[in-house]
Amino acid sequence: MDWKKCWKFGTKTIVATALGAALFLVLNMFVKVPTGIPETQIQTCYGICAFFAALFGPICGALIAFIGHALGDAISYGSVWWSWVIASGFAGLVYGFAYAKLNVDEGIFTGKDIVFFNVVQAIGNVIAWIVIAPVLDIVMYGEPTNLVFTQGVVAAICNIISAGVIGTLLLLIYSKTRSTKGSLKKED
Amino acid sequence: MNTKLFDYVERHNFIYDLSGVTKFLCFMIAGAAVMFTYDIRVMVVVFVVSMIAFLLSQITFQQIRLMVIYVAIFMLMNILLTFLFHPQYGVEIYGTKHVIFSITERYTLTWEQLMYQGSKVMKYCSIIPLGMIFILATHPSEMASSMNRIGIPYKATYALALTLRYFPDVIRDYQDISVAQQARGLDMSKKERLSVRMKNILNICIPLIFTTLDRIELISNAMDLRGFGMRKKRTWYCAKKLNAKDYFALGVCLLLLALSIGMIVFVNHSRYYNPFL
Repeated sequence: MDWKKCWKFGTKTIVATALGAALFLVLNMFVKVPTGIPETQIQTCYGICAFFAALFGPICGALIAFIGHALGDAISYGSVWWSWVIASGFAGLVYGFAYAKLNVDEGIFTGKDIVFFNVVQAIGNVIAWIVIAPVLDIVMYGEPTNLVFTQGVVAAICNIISAGVIGTLLLLIYSKTRSTKGSLKKED
Repeated sequence: MNTKLFDYVERHNFIYDLSGVTKFLCFMIAGAAVMFTYDIRVMVVVFVVSMIAFLLSQITFQQIRLMVIYVAIFMLMNILLTFLFHPQYGVEIYGTKHVIFSITERYTLTWEQLMYQGSKVMKYCSIIPLGMIFILATHPSEMASSMNRIGIPYKATYALALTLRYFPDVIRDYQDISVAQQARGLDMSKKERLSVRMKNILNICIPLIFTTLDRIELISNAMDLRGFGMRKKRTWYCAKKLNAKDYFALGVCLLLLALSIGMIVFVNHSRYYNPFL
């Protein structure tokens, strides 16, 4: 675990955050997988967010989800649903903690890493959508309790699937494209 | 697909000439004013003020047509879901029960429920015109500088500025890739099974992400070469000074916030205005 590298916010992280948020926005608006349950879609953008968070850390993850979600809301609805935007940011932050242990950039993404990444993202999603989003909905907007918790559970399941399937696959593919440290050997 | 989501049109009127900081703060303050209150009278006042601002801004209906449709769908779903899950929530809040008609024991429509759901609709509607002004009447480059001015670290606001800058580019990449893949026979519609659709989406996402990762490298190198992030502070190319108009607009919004809080604390003694007692 290398917690120090999580909090670096250099130029590359800033640019990654910005383009990640732009990707998040585009996918948020255009690419949704209908599940068959009305008005419930698997949002691919959380998979992308988890991927970027695992590559660039928690600040990047949090800002991608926060900026992406807030702008997406503002563009399509003209107002921002702050409670869910904050929950999104929190989910992104937690996804990013996977960065402390992962070294996908060096081409390493083993079975253990996959399990670790998925445990982290599942924890993040559960806290964000089943605790933070509904509680903030009640405190900030005075929404009825049953409704927000039902929505929260559905959102948590959808986002765990999205981050789990899309995030893991993207990380696997990306790690294959990177050359591992010390993979070159001097010929005898 | 509409790529001109941020169609900022240069205009000169009271609203457009306000500084970006003012528009952002007004949106946040007025948003806070309606967020906590459930008093329909306060929300109507906020709605009227934000509608006046909206009319002053001369934003055309063409620009917001899509938004209005989205909002309407969202509202309808929210109204239906709230009634489905909590048909008696209004009775719980207001403590009285005036029945209009009943379908079953549980699904009885009451005046209290109507009042609650009406307030809720008003709550969302009242802030939307201001949100639209913030999104459509603020120059994209000015958003970042305005947020930096109120104390958000410039590295975070710079990320926002870059997001706005590269959003259209990413949309274009997405469209190119999506059309190319569909030409190869990739089915994205409901006809395919879910698992296949997930795989097809990945076939679009992967090239999109790899193009983006290349671009990240390119842009961050360019920024590093120009010495980005060397200092604690930075100046902005697009930053307006606040003038009397800005202070007037901010004053109006602060008054709205004061009205909202005042009504909660001194008049209603709760978040809800109860006309049934």
